[in-house]
Amino acid sequence: MPAKKIPEEAVESAYQRLTVEAESGGYHLNPDVAFTKELIRGLLENEARYGYGACPCRLASGIKDDDLDIICPCDYRDPDLAEHGSCYCALYVSGAISGGGQEAEAIPERRPPASERKKIKAKGPQGHFEGGATSLPYPVWRCRVCGYLCAREEPPEQCPICKAKKERFERFM
Amino acid sequence: MSVKEHMKHVEGAKKSDIKLYALSTCGWCKKTKGLLNKLQADYHYVDVDLLGDADQEEAVAEITKWNPQCSFPTLVIDNKSCIVGFKEQEIRGVIADAG
Repeated sequence: MPAKKIPEEAVESAYQRLTVEAESGGYHLNPDVAFTKELIRGLLENEARYGYGACPCRLASGIKDDDLDIICPCDYRDPDLAEHGSCYCALYVSGAISGGGQEAEAIPERRPPASERKKIKAKGPQGHFEGGATSLPYPVWRCRVCGYLCAREEPPEQCPICKAKKERFERFM
Repeated sequence: MSVKEHMKHVEGAKKSDIKLYALSTCGWCKKTKGLLNKLQADYHYVDVDLLGDADQEEAVAEITKWNPQCSFPTLVIDNKSCIVGFKEQEIRGVIADAG
């Protein structure tokens, strides 16, 4: 699918917004500003052509439901930050890298290959909640991106910690 | 069209048979192209995200043969081996061995 041209101002304003959002949730953007802005440009291009902000370093299918796990911030960001100090595309980095002590490096892909994903999908949702009766006054929802939990009738429109959208929440209890 | 016809040739002094499967939006793919250019490698590349559906499918099948995860960048060397990801030292090694 051809890429859409993203104006410079759009990249700049997304960069500013993402910086504020990341820091407010305890996350950090890559301090290599030129590299980071190119990733954000890619992210905005993906948003324009697919209708959702798929990871710029992964091939999106164009089917949102199949790509929920790679909408930025992706489901793999936090485990990758913990294990490697950066996410797969290196838009987000650990405090150590953000502080300039280390540099982000290319890391292995954590997302299962397409054949595996198909099997996982066929098995149905792998949430922690098996359904059935619960003694809790409210259901508990978990953000698949950052693990934020909340007890309320429905998940929030946006995760207050990592800004992932409502559709990224799963029933936890 | 086929993927082969979409491959862009970058001429360089270091002759070898290198095929780079990349994404136009990916930071590590850009770094890989930048490194190959800096090393004056002669190579072919294709931005798989910019291909039409049929060609993209063909490209994904080609990449998966080398790299079952079909991640980017995937670099195929001499149709014999491949480097997955921006592995600077490995890429430098391949180019150093090339004509």
